[in-house]
Order: sequence, then C-alpha cells, then structure tokens
Amino acid sequence: MKARSKRLMLVGGGVALLVAAVALVLSAFQQNLVFFHTPSEVAEGKAPLGKTFRIGGMVEDGSIAREADGLTVRFAITDTAKVIPVTYRGTLPDLFKEGKGAVVQGRLEDDGIFRATEVLAKHDENYMPPEAAHAVEQAQKAAQTVSQ
Amino acid sequence: MIPELGHFALILALVLSLVQGIVPLVGASRNSMALMAVGRPAAQGQFFFILFSYVCLTWAFVTSDFSVQLAASNSHSATPLMYKITGVWGNHEGSLLLWAMSLSLWTVAVTVFSRHLPEAFMARVLGVLGWVSVGFISFTLVTSNPFDRLLPAVAEGRDLNPLLQDPGMIIHPPLLYMGYVGFSVAFAFAIAALLSGRLDAAWARWSRPWTTVAWVFLTAGIAVGSGWAYYELGWGGWWFWDPVENASFMPWLLGTALIHSLAVTEKRGAFRSWTVLLAIAAFSMSLLGTFLVRSGVITSVHAFATDPKRGLYILALLVLVIGFSLMLYAMRANKLMGGGSFALVSRETSLLGNNVLLTVASASVLLGTLYPLFLDALNLGKISVGPPYFEAVFVPLMTPVVVLMMFGPFLRWKDDDFVAAARKVAPAFVASILIGIGAAMAVDHLTWRTALGLFLAAWVVLASIQLLYGRLKERAGASVGSRLRSITASWWGMWLAHLGIGVFIIGVTMVGSLDQHLDVKMQEGQRAELAGYTFTFRGAIDADGPNYDAARGIIDVTRNGRAIATLTPEKRLYWAQGMPMTEASIDIGPFRDVYVSLGEQLETGAWIVSLYYKPFISWIWLGCTLMGLGGLFAAADRRYRRLAERDAKVGAGRSVAGAA
Repeated sequence: MKARSKRLMLVGGGVALLVAAVALVLSAFQQNLVFFHTPSEVAEGKAPLGKTFRIGGMVEDGSIAREADGLTVRFAITDTAKVIPVTYRGTLPDLFKEGKGAVVQGRLEDDGIFRATEVLAKHDENYMPPEAAHAVEQAQKAAQTVSQ
Repeated sequence: MIPELGHFALILALVLSLVQGIVPLVGASRNSMALMAVGRPAAQGQFFFILFSYVCLTWAFVTSDFSVQLAASNSHSATPLMYKITGVWGNHEGSLLLWAMSLSLWTVAVTVFSRHLPEAFMARVLGVLGWVSVGFISFTLVTSNPFDRLLPAVAEGRDLNPLLQDPGMIIHPPLLYMGYVGFSVAFAFAIAALLSGRLDAAWARWSRPWTTVAWVFLTAGIAVGSGWAYYELGWGGWWFWDPVENASFMPWLLGTALIHSLAVTEKRGAFRSWTVLLAIAAFSMSLLGTFLVRSGVITSVHAFATDPKRGLYILALLVLVIGFSLMLYAMRANKLMGGGSFALVSRETSLLGNNVLLTVASASVLLGTLYPLFLDALNLGKISVGPPYFEAVFVPLMTPVVVLMMFGPFLRWKDDDFVAAARKVAPAFVASILIGIGAAMAVDHLTWRTALGLFLAAWVVLASIQLLYGRLKERAGASVGSRLRSITASWWGMWLAHLGIGVFIIGVTMVGSLDQHLDVKMQEGQRAELAGYTFTFRGAIDADGPNYDAARGIIDVTRNGRAIATLTPEKRLYWAQGMPMTEASIDIGPFRDVYVSLGEQLETGAWIVSLYYKPFISWIWLGCTLMGLGGLFAAADRRYRRLAERDAKVGAGRSVAGAA
C-alpha cells in the first residue's frame, strides 16, 4: 500500500510538473506572437496602434534619408500599392537597399510613422524575405482585381 | 569526366546501401551467419564510394570546373583554396553529400569499434543504418544531383556566399552534421533492440558511448555556429532563436535527455521504453532539422534553394521513419515494461524530472519554430515568434533542470532520504544565494534575472567542488594522486559537463545583464566612450582582399589612458555577387570582449561605427567546451571496453554453444 501511494505521488507530481510547464509555454507563446501586416493593411488601419508587429515590402526608391545625427534613418516600405514611412535608429543590415525587399519590426505611432526597432534584409542577393514577397504579391493581386 | 565518375560512384554507393539495408536484416531473421556477414563489407564499400564521389566534387571546385553547375554557382576562380574546398558544402546539394558521407563514416566506425556486439544485433544495426543511407543517397541523386553539368560552361563562377567565407564555416557544418547524423546510430541501436526484442541493460551500455560522442559533436557544432554568428554577423549577438539554430537545438535538448536516460537504463534497467522513445525522437528531430533547413521552408543563410520536390522528399522520409519506428515500438512495448523500481527520493527521480523538463523545452522550441510555418502553409496569416517567447520559456524551464542537476549527483540510486540529501545540499545552496545577490549588487545590476543566474552559477560551482571533495574523502588514507586516479572517466565526464553548465550560465547572465552598445557617427580623430573604454577613430584605409574590395577602419581603444588594442573592422564588397559584408574586429579578453564593427560611410566622409562591450561572453563558449570535454571523458570510460571484451567472450561462447 505504501509503495503504491508513493508511486501515485511520483506520477501525480510528474503530471503536475508537466501541466505547469505546458501552461507556461502556451501563455508565453500567446504573449509573444508578432503579427505581420502588409503596407496596404496598415494603410487601411487594420494594424494595431502601439503594439509590436512586422511590415514587409520593398524599400521605396529614393526614400532613404539620414537625419543630421547620421544615425536616424527615414525610409518608406511599399508593397507597390501603399507606402508606409518608417524611422529607425541604428546600423542597417548590409543588404538593406532601395528597391530591395526588407522586413521591419516595431510599432505604429499616432502620427502614422512606423518606429522600427529591428530591420531585416535578405541574407543573400538572390532571395527576398518571404514576408516582403508576400506583401508585394498581395498588393498586385488586389490591383488586378480592381482593374478587372 | 571526373564529375561523371563521382556521379557513378554515388550510384554504386546507393546500390551498396540497399544491399546493406536488406541482406543483414534477412540474415538476422533467418539466423544465417553468411548473410549477416555481408553488412560490414557493404558498409565499408559504401563509404569508399561516397568518399570517392565527394573527392570528385571537391576536385571540380578546386580546379574551378565551371561546367559543373554547382561549382559555377558556388565558387569563383579567385576564391582562396580553403573556401573552394569548404564551398563544396556551402550549398544544398553538396551539404547533402556531406550528410550521406557523415552517415557512412559513422556506420564504418560502428563496424570497426563495435566488433564485440552479437552478430545478429550488429546485423540489425547495420541494416537500419543502411536504410537511412538509402533514403539520403537517393534523395541526393533524385532531387539534388551535385554533379549536374552546366552546358555551355560559364567563364567565371558566382562565388560562395561571402558570409560563409570564414574559418568558422570550415568546421561548423562538418561538426554539426556529425552530431545530427550521429543520433542515427543511437536510433539504429534502439530499433535493432526493438527488432531483436532484447531491451536489457546491455543494449543501453552499447549505445551510450555512441550517443555521447554524437552529442559532443552536436554541442561543438552548435557552439562553433554561435561563435560564427557572433563575430561574422557584425552585431554582437550569439544566439538568435533563428529557426535554423532551433533546428539544431531541438535534437541537442533531446540528446541531452537521452544520454541521461540511457544512464538510468544501463545502471538500473529502468526507463527502458522511455529511452527507446527518446532515441527515436532525437533522430526524428535531426531529420526534422534537415527538413527545415534543406526544404527551403525557412529563408535564411542556410536555406540554399527552394524546390518543393525536395521538401516533400524529406517530409516523406521523416513520416516513414517516425511511422515505422512508432509502429515497431507499439508492437514491442509489452516487452519494455518493468525494470528497476525506485522511490520518490532517488537519483532516478531527479533524472526523470530532468528528462521531462528537457523534453518540454524541446517541444516548446518545436512549437515556436513550426507554428508560424503551419499558419503560413494554411494561409491563416503570417506571424513570427521571436526571442522574447523563447526567453520567457527557457528561464523558468531550465532553472529547475539546474536545481535537479544539483541534487541528482548527491542522491543514491533507488532510494534515499530527503532530509539527509537536503542536509548535504543546503550549505552550498545558502552560500550561493548570498553569492548570487552579492555579485548582482557588486556589478550594480540587482534584477531578479541577474541574481537568479549568478545564484545558479555559484551553486553549480560550489556543488561541483563539494562533490569532488566528497568523492576524494571516500578513500581516506590513500595518497591524493591515487585518489584522483581512482575516479572513473565517466564520473569526471559528468563533473566537467555539469561544471560547464555553470560556466555557461555565468556567461549568459553577465552578457545578458551588462552588455553595452553604442552606434555613433565618427569623423577621423573623433572619440567615443563606452563602458569606461575610449575609442578613437583613426580613419579608414583600403584593404582589398583576393576576391573583394574593402575599407578598413582603424580604431584605437584605451582605458584610463592605457592602450588596450587597435581594432580594425572592415566593410567588404565581394565582387562576384556584389554583396557587401561587415567584418567585425574584437579584442577578446577573459572577462570581456570589446567589439567594433563598421556601418556605412556617410556623404560627409564620416563612418557609422557600432561599439559593443560584452562582459564574460567567452564564458559561453568555455562552458560549451567543458560540456564537450565532459562528453569525451564519459565516452572514453574504460568500463565500456572492459565490458565489451566480456560481452565478446560471452557472445563467442554462445555462438559456439549454438553451433554445437
């Protein structure tokens, strides 16, 4: 009887540990998801204000400008349909260029400017970040539907 | 001609792997010595042909034979020889060939070092490994032939991705692959044991050194990859929770659980079915990692190509392996019951807790890695799961693992008294709480995370000292030298690896709490201050390399007027792909790194310079080194060889008896 109750305690303890661990993982997961929006969605107001999310698209030609401090960069992300202005302070990835794909993570402020905390570009000349490709694709699809 | 020879050799290797997959298994089921004996030569022949094939491919790279598609896309005549050779695996097709070659190398190692195994068991192990080999060689041949010709040939190649032209990349992939693929040996042992129905402690003992060595390779591979990311990506991070890093971390976590679970199975005969499941799971995670990295579902520096056929092939392979193994497991599960019983307070319990937590941790990484892919595949939107999730999960999951690690070695197998154990552990525990809080205050960063990290690290170090002292005290009277010698290699292995965890925690905690970073615009002669160091920008000079142009910044670092180092970060532009690259410059010290990288040059001639102060970051890799060393010690234990000889004698006796 004693051995049995010990075993029960062991199994019970194990299950309780497991449940606690799973609960922890799931709640952390829910709190830390970062959603992705295309520039068109942001322009339509579908993206949340003051919450971290990602935008992907192309860096618009001629949009990169540095402020006097040399560190703050302004540029615009576009999916060929809509353009979202972005500011970012820090060093940009090597492959960040006008006319190329990029993904920015940060918050949209009330003034409609996206404050990026992270800028991701491609790892390699050949590939476009999938989120950026997706955004452009969506916008082009939408444009086609309108023109039809 | 040479590429065709390589292609042909690979086809021969496939044929031999089929032979290796079929004949020994048939032999084992019919108890035919002649058929079982085919396994070894088939495996060794297969290795010869894959090696030959690999050398042929390397030849195409070294001689800049740009009529081979792969060389044309991944090499350049001006690339340094070293990177021509490593460029062979810096792409999808070549890295698959490397995978197949590692597998073959492991198989040959099994045929050489496990001569003592019973013939039937050996035949089954080789058979299983043969089938894994069939899967990967055929995958290479059917979807990703590295010897495809490019006709007409191009005059110049496109060069290897500059990020991969780095000494770290010379050893990272082979180490990582040896680790990934090494779990196939643990898997083959588990499946062979299931097939034979012989799931006793002997199986665990045979499997242990192999599993540990695979784990050492994986640890080293991950550590080198993280070191590469630190100095090559140019922004001072050492782990990014990138899906590709996660792909190697999941099998590491399960492999860690597996080596502990194997210990229980060997010593106490318990956890048998759990150990088998872990062996299957660890190998499945290796395959999943290969799928994630190779199928192109993840875009990263590792994803060389996107071709849905390839993804499907590996996915099918994965489903087959998991499906077959679990079916076999279900059929044999009734034989796995029982084993040594143990009480609530015992070393078994602490190891069980460690196993549960490591498995949950691995599952949490799996969730964070796969969930975004699922949503995307089902068109339910795009999300990303970043470092905050993994950090939120790992601190609470790993803290109890470390606590259990402190208790486990002090507990006896089978049954122990909680009060007695707690008495042993208490002094170090109390002292480390004081040290943890004191140290956090000393570095002026008293947050609960810093204090927790330093407390755990102090506890690991103190408990390690206490453990060693206790072990030496056991043989009072003997000389210190003979007392040290009396400790087994596997005990030293455990001790070193656990101490490594402590050192690793110090590194992670200190760099996580106290690192400093400053981006600054610098004109020639301008100064900047960070963490007590003064950085003076002396301007940038031309520093062109063999296959790139570069600007090299010269930055003097001083502290309180004393010269510390002159750092020379570079901004490179590789010709072939027109790709810019940041090459950081680091002054490495035992207690801190000073890290500088160049951003871009502004129109005014000034440069954007990133300055980093990274306290104790080397301790991260020092900790990994200790863990790896511990694994090597554990695998080298004399016990395995001694018992192997005994098994061989028993086995020989048995087969003589069988013949009579």
